[in-house]
Amino acid sequence: MSSNPVHHTGPDLRAEGLRLAYDSRVVVDGLDVTIPPGRITAIVGANACGKSTLLRALARLLSPRAGSVRLDGHALHTIPTRELAQRLGILPQSPVAPEGLTVVDLVGRGRSPHQTWWRQWSKSDERAVHDALRATAMTDLADRPVDELSGGQRQRAWIAMAVAQGTPVLLLDEPTTYLDLAHQIDVLDLVKDLNRHEKRTVVMVLHDLNQACRYADHVIAMKAGAIAAEGAPAEVITAQTVEDVFGLRCLVATDPVSGTPMVVPVSRHHDTPGRPAAGAPAADTPDRPAAPASLG
Amino acid sequence: MTGLLSSRTARTAPRLPVRVAFRLARPPVSGVIRPRLVVVGVCLALAGFLVFCLGISVGEVPITLPEVMRSLVGAGDPGTDLIVHELRLPRATTGLLVGIAFGVSGALFQTMTLNPLASPDMIGITQGAGAAVVAGVVLGWDAGLSTQSLGLLGALATALLVYVLAWKRGTTGYRIVLVGIGVSWVCTSLTDYLMAYGGQFEAQASLGWLVGNLNGRDWNAVGPLAIALAVLVPVALLLGRWMRTLQLGDDVAKGLGTPVQAVRLATLVTGVGLIAFGTAAAGPVAFVALAAPQVAQRLARTAWPPPVAAGLTGAVMVLSADLLAREVVPGTELPVGVVTGVLGAPVLLWLLVRANRVGSGG
Repeated sequence: MSSNPVHHTGPDLRAEGLRLAYDSRVVVDGLDVTIPPGRITAIVGANACGKSTLLRALARLLSPRAGSVRLDGHALHTIPTRELAQRLGILPQSPVAPEGLTVVDLVGRGRSPHQTWWRQWSKSDERAVHDALRATAMTDLADRPVDELSGGQRQRAWIAMAVAQGTPVLLLDEPTTYLDLAHQIDVLDLVKDLNRHEKRTVVMVLHDLNQACRYADHVIAMKAGAIAAEGAPAEVITAQTVEDVFGLRCLVATDPVSGTPMVVPVSRHHDTPGRPAAGAPAADTPDRPAAPASLG
Repeated sequence: MTGLLSSRTARTAPRLPVRVAFRLARPPVSGVIRPRLVVVGVCLALAGFLVFCLGISVGEVPITLPEVMRSLVGAGDPGTDLIVHELRLPRATTGLLVGIAFGVSGALFQTMTLNPLASPDMIGITQGAGAAVVAGVVLGWDAGLSTQSLGLLGALATALLVYVLAWKRGTTGYRIVLVGIGVSWVCTSLTDYLMAYGGQFEAQASLGWLVGNLNGRDWNAVGPLAIALAVLVPVALLLGRWMRTLQLGDDVAKGLGTPVQAVRLATLVTGVGLIAFGTAAAGPVAFVALAAPQVAQRLARTAWPPPVAAGLTGAVMVLSADLLAREVVPGTELPVGVVTGVLGAPVLLWLLVRANRVGSGG
């Protein structure tokens, strides 16, 4: 798994022998994972499979019961809080801004790890906030209270805060939750921009497999607290893996827009004649799953 | 991050709206100035000074405002100086400091718990102080310990109890509020029991303190409170930086490098210290800690209760209430807590109703 240790072009975030638990309920046990630097990684899986738990551990919001998460070779808990916050940013799922807080104030708080008691608004703070607002196309809304924005704008404001934090690693927990489809695409495009233009390593938990295939370079499919499959979307998202991980029979076609795998679920009411027999899904389509004939 | 920017808009004339900054090159000190907050703060300070002087000027022997000012700077005649320095100044100063303590403490609690209704009077701290003082008076402990020390000990013990009971691998603002409400009722019941159990004279004596009172305060009441404020208010201001991130929720705050549990504990200790010393000096003056931060927040139009403005608002409230308490019924002096209770509740209701109509805290 670690064929390329300490990568010199980007941050090296990895977990070894990770055991994660809430109270006495163990969610993840003995998990090893390496996050490819400079890439977008999507963590997918059924509800309660431990994907958000893993992300929280990578962001040290949850301390492991055993094993460790390491950033550039150092266990997270040995890195001073403030220094870590300059290197690794986390946007939790549906965060809430206090009533009346303006976008620029929210984004400004992203600079907190770079500030001190006496230096609370340096030129570099101002530049970073300004740049983050531009990058997320929020400059015109900078004076508006966050709670008065639309869902998509609000999420962009939060992402702007994470951008202003200026961390090489950015962890996003379901950044598209509660957004309509247009805004989901908008937010994911923005994430891709941040990755491509600013070389940020992104790890995000996503629900939508097709979006994970479109936007991620690396997909980690989790099942019952363990990694069921990982790799490039075309390798991981096969009918076999989807059935295995989600318990869902499906066809995997080629996304006509992006050329990435596209999952088309089979249901009791829509049992396609062309589908592979139940229980023995189209065994292996090693390179790229081809679109079944019935789908055109 | 330049690549992305240039792709969207030409990178000319960096323009960031509504942020007035101050910056010194050496030492490298910088910060954001919020003009409205500054104006509100100055106005509140002036208003506070005015009611402070008015409070000194009225009484059995009226003293004109210019005479009050002259006496305050040490240039008055001896007769006026005696009345001002020995009789009225201690009372006015106690009112001023108690107001600041309650206002700042309320701002800390409300920011920490993300709850505008969380104030020390709601989560049992004041009730704990009350129960301790009543217990002292009724059971006769006050021989050794002064009312002030009893109130202080009661407040601190209750705060510790709330914190310990709310602890479950860390605390959350929500748990502190819930546990605090429970503890507050226990203390209230205890107080009621002691009042019923104790003799009528003792009950009467403790009732005078329980409603919040500035009558007959001398310099002995001012000293400990002034020292407490000198230490705790700067701490409260330093905590402000972390409170800004804590307001975004524990996870976001941690991600931004905030030591969440340490900040919450420090905030609790500071807020409790302020309220404990304030309550010890003047009794639980109703509604100030709850309403002052909310009034200040609406005046300054910030998204959090601004601590300095909240303290000044608290001072204006306590001093005006005391002025009213002395003047509204000729010949009698009402306890200041009665006035803040009667006036504070409608003010708060009005604010809440208005906020709901407008749609946001503005």
